[in-house]
Amino acid sequence: MKRYTIFVITENFIGLLNRITIIFTRRGINIDALTASESRIPGVHRITIEVTVNEETVIQLVNQIEKIIDVIKAFHHEDSGVVYQELALYKLPVSRLDGGLEKIIREHHAKIIAAEQDFVVLELTGHKEKTRELLELLKDYGILEFARSGRVAVAKRMLTIDSFVN
Amino acid sequence: METKMRGADIVVRSLIAEQAELIFGYPGGAIMPVYDALYDYHDQIKHVLTRHEQGAIHAAQGYARTSGKVGVCLATSGPGATNLITGLADAQIDSTPLVCITGQVAAHLLGTDAFQETDMMGISMPATKWNIQVRHVEDIAPAIAKGFFIARSGRPGAVLIDITKNAQVDFGEFNYKPCQEFRSYVTKRPISETALQEAAALINGASRPYVLFGQGVILGKAEGAFKAFLDKSGIPAASTLLGSGALSEDHPSYVGKLGMHGNYAPNLLTNQCDVLIAVGMRFDDRVTGDLSRYAKQAKIIHLELDPAEINKNVKATVAVLGDCKDSLTQLTAVISAKTYPDWMAKFRALELQEKEAVVQYDLTPTKAGLTMGEVIHHINRYKADDAVLVTDVGQHQMIAWRYFNYKKTRTQVTSGGLGTMGFALPAALGAQLHDYSRQVICVVGDGGIQMTIQELGTIMQTKAPVKIVLLNNNYLGMVRQWQQMFFDKRYSFTELDNPDFIKLAEAYGIKAQKVGERSDLQEAIEDMLIHDGPYFLEVVVEKEDNVFPMIATGCSVEEVRLH
Repeated sequence: MKRYTIFVITENFIGLLNRITIIFTRRGINIDALTASESRIPGVHRITIEVTVNEETVIQLVNQIEKIIDVIKAFHHEDSGVVYQELALYKLPVSRLDGGLEKIIREHHAKIIAAEQDFVVLELTGHKEKTRELLELLKDYGILEFARSGRVAVAKRMLTIDSFVN
Repeated sequence: METKMRGADIVVRSLIAEQAELIFGYPGGAIMPVYDALYDYHDQIKHVLTRHEQGAIHAAQGYARTSGKVGVCLATSGPGATNLITGLADAQIDSTPLVCITGQVAAHLLGTDAFQETDMMGISMPATKWNIQVRHVEDIAPAIAKGFFIARSGRPGAVLIDITKNAQVDFGEFNYKPCQEFRSYVTKRPISETALQEAAALINGASRPYVLFGQGVILGKAEGAFKAFLDKSGIPAASTLLGSGALSEDHPSYVGKLGMHGNYAPNLLTNQCDVLIAVGMRFDDRVTGDLSRYAKQAKIIHLELDPAEINKNVKATVAVLGDCKDSLTQLTAVISAKTYPDWMAKFRALELQEKEAVVQYDLTPTKAGLTMGEVIHHINRYKADDAVLVTDVGQHQMIAWRYFNYKKTRTQVTSGGLGTMGFALPAALGAQLHDYSRQVICVVGDGGIQMTIQELGTIMQTKAPVKIVLLNNNYLGMVRQWQQMFFDKRYSFTELDNPDFIKLAEAYGIKAQKVGERSDLQEAIEDMLIHDGPYFLEVVVEKEDNVFPMIATGCSVEEVRLH
C-alpha cells in the first residue's frame, strides 16, 4: 500500500463529484482527502484525491474515473511525483496559554491568524507529518478544535492541463 | 427555423429527431405533459404501454438488442422511476444502448420530499453510463441529443434523463441539433500500429492460438470482419454468453461456448492454448473461473474498445485498443493464412466426450421425464435461421443457450451480466415489436416468468406474436441445483406451488398448450411456431435435472466437470 494523489480534470457539472466518489465506495476504498477547485481554464475543474492503495488498485480507479463521460482526464502520481501542501487550523483556549507556546509557534513557523477573548487560532501549512506533529504538542494546551484541508497538489511532470482540454 | 413550443413537445420532437420509432413506458403525474404531447405525435412515434415500468425498460432492452438501435422508455417520478433501476443496471452491465426519460417534480419542489419525489440522479448514478437532470425547458433538447449520442456511441450503455415538470410545461425554442462529439468523451481511437504488429507477430508464431469472442463483435458491427479474420487465421473460436450469434455455429472455426455452463473443450483448452485472443469480451468471472489459474501459460491479446477493461481482470500481453471492426480488419491483413488441424482435433475430441457424457442425455433422453435440452432440440428443428432466442435467468437460460443453434447476429437476448430474473417476457415483447415478422422465442422458467408475468397483458394488447416456452420444473432450478451440489440438498425455499399457467395465459387471450409427454412435444413445438399470434407453451420438465458441464465457483476452467 502506498499513498497516491489522483488528479481529475473535469467539466463543472452537478453530480460529477458524486459519480467519482461512488467508484471508491463501490470498491470499499476510503478516500483520505479530497479537494475540488476551479482550474486555470474557465469551466474546467480539478479534483485532487489522496488515497492509500496498491498500484494495481490505483490504476483501476483512474481507469474507472476516466471512463466517466464528463471527466476530461485522470491520472495518478506517487508522493515523489507531486508538489503538495496542506493547511491546518488549531483552536486553543486562551486560558491555557503560557510562555511555552511562543517557542512552539516559532519552531514550527506557525502563525496566529485570529485572537478572540476566549481563544486563538493558529495556522500551519505543510505536509501531514508536520501538521500532525504540531497537533501532538498542542494537546498540552487543551486544544479545542483541529481541522486540516485535503491535499492541494500540482504534478512535477511538465504537462499542462491545456494538452487535455481542446 | 425556430418555433416556440412546450417542453413536453420538445421531448417528443427530440425523440422523433433521434429516429425513435417505438418507445415503452408508463404514465404518471410528473410525466403527464409528455404523455399529452405523445397524443399529438402518435402517427410519428409509437408508444407501448407496459404493465410495470420494469417491463417497459426490459422491453426497450429487447428492442435495442435485436434492432441495434437505442431503446427508449418513459416513466414518471418516484416509484415509476425507481422501478427502472434494475433495467438500467442490466442494460449498463450488458452494454445495451438505452435512453430513459423520467418525469420529476417541479424544480421549486426539489429536495422538499414532495409527492413522488425521489433523488433519481443519486439513485441512478451507479447504474448508468450518464445521467442528467433537466430543470429548464431550453436544456431539454441538448440533453436528449447528448443522451442518445452517449447511449449509442463508444461502448453503449444506459442513459437517464430526469426532467422536472416545470421544464415540460414551459415554452421554449425547438431547434434540434444532434450531438456528435464533445471534449471529455473519446469514442474513436486510431488502432496502434505497434500493438497491431505485436499482436500479428504473436498470432503468426503461435502453435495453439485460441479466440474468445464476446458481444463487442456484435456491438461493433464487426461480424463480417470477425468471420474474415477466422477464415484466414484458421484459429478455433469460442463464444461468451452474449457473444453468441456473432458467428454462425456452422462456421468451421466455431468450437463452442465459454463459462460456468459452457462447453467442455472451450473451457478446458483455455489452459492449453499458447496465444489467447480475446475479442470484444471482458473476462467476466463466469467465464474465467479462478483468475489465478486462468490461461497463465498463454500470451494474451485483448482487442477491446473500453480502456478500463484492459488489464482489469486478465493482464494483456498486447492490448489493441479500439473498435474491433477496425482492429480485426487490419489484423487480418497482416497475419498469415494457416490451419491448426492437430489443435482443432483436440477440441473435437473433447466435444465428443461432452456429447457422450452430457449432450445425448439432454437432447435425446430415454428416461421418462422431459429434459429442457430436448425442448430446445425440437425448437432448433423448426425455427427460422434468424429466430431470436430470449431467455430469462437460471437453468433454462444455460440449457437454451447451450443447445440453441445460433446462425445469425442479434438473435441472442438474455440478461448476462446482471442475471435479472423476470427479464425474458418483457424483453421478448420488445424484440418482437421491433419486427413482427421475425420469430421471437421466449424460453423462460416458472420462477422468472412470475416476476414479470403481468406483461402477458402487454402481449395481449399489442398482439405481439411472441412464442413463450415455459420450462416448468416447479423449482427455482438453478438455486436448487446449487443446494443439491453445495448445500447438502437442503432445498431451502426453492420449491414453488405454481398457478395454472394455461388458464392464466388463456385469461389474457393467448393461445396456450401444456405438454408433459415426450410423444406430444415435437408436434406442440411445431404448432407453436406456425401459429399466427402469441402462443404460450408450458412444458413440464424433470424436476431435479442439473445443468452440466459446470465450473464450480472458485474452480479453474480446467476443472470443468461433466457430471
